Amino acid sequence: MNALGEFAPYLVLILVGFLPSEVWRMLGVVAARGIAEDSELIVWVRAVATAILAGVVAKLVIFAPGALATMPLAVRLVAMAAGVAAFLALRRSVFAGVATGVGVLVMGTLAFGG
Amino acid sequence: MSPPPAGKKPSSPAAAFVAGLKAATTSVFTFVIIGTYISIGALGHDFGFSVLWVVLSTLLMWAGPAQVIIITALGAGAPPAEVALAVGLSGVRLMPMVVALLPILKTPATRNWELVLPAHFTAASMWVEALRLAPRVPRAARIGLINGLGTAFMAAAVISSIAGFYLARSLPVLLAGALLFLTPISFLVSTVRNSRQLADRLALVIGLVLAPLFTLADIGLDLMWTGLVGGTGAYLIHRVRQATR
Repeated sequence: MNALGEFAPYLVLILVGFLPSEVWRMLGVVAARGIAEDSELIVWVRAVATAILAGVVAKLVIFAPGALATMPLAVRLVAMAAGVAAFLALRRSVFAGVATGVGVLVMGTLAFGG
Repeated sequence: MSPPPAGKKPSSPAAAFVAGLKAATTSVFTFVIIGTYISIGALGHDFGFSVLWVVLSTLLMWAGPAQVIIITALGAGAPPAEVALAVGLSGVRLMPMVVALLPILKTPATRNWELVLPAHFTAASMWVEALRLAPRVPRAARIGLINGLGTAFMAAAVISSIAGFYLARSLPVLLAGALLFLTPISFLVSTVRNSRQLADRLALVIGLVLAPLFTLADIGLDLMWTGLVGGTGAYLIHRVRQATR
């Protein structure tokens, strides 16, 4: 194996992984200059960020990667809903919500096959 | 390094950094990160990457969903240009997060280079916790706090990804699936918690619905459109409600 062959995966990581994500953060640093914390612009920007984050959540659950894809879609969706319901019911505890969601996912998969 | 000012107050940068490290020990996200990165380490092992590569991907990329994309796509032999596009699209969300976070951390004396590290630490888990914790401390202590929190989160992620890499062969499918589920469920529940304004709540609901529809419609750049359409729609409804009140 030549030197390039050995370093190729790391070069790919920088070009394909690091730069395409980091560029957004640095653009954020530039764009945040001179914006006040309580401005209307920040309310809009936060709504955009929240919508994208919600989109990431929905895509990870519906078009699931790896081992999660072997679990039934209906079980994944019910587990998400159960997690939010538990969070709201149990004194707004994030831990309770996450634990309930994962518990429902595991039990649902055991009951309805994976 | 500038010399420490005479008569240090408890809110020195170092004390704020330590407070950030401590905040991580009681954050639910530390557990979420441990579980998520065990699954990412195992995924990296299964797709034939080295443990060093997986660790570097965590330090450099620091975004769980993007790391899942790069590992599964490169590992399956997708063309690097296509993978770069997918990673770049999933990274779009980082920009509004940084823009929303930095004004909370800045003081008039803050210089731009001091914001580079908090920006690099910005990922969904970090952002959600930063929005919750930063307003609770004096403004001058916020950057130190956030850097401490980010350092602790990243350290937990690195250690967990190494553990996951070596556990990969003995990880049952059920457990691996449950670990991958930690990212979406924790993002969802904590975003529900942090959404106090109408605009945020609407953005959450609209985003959940729009993203799968845009993906199925195969319009491309689906997350970016979800953000722009969903976020703007939520913001406009919030404005109309305010105006009519």
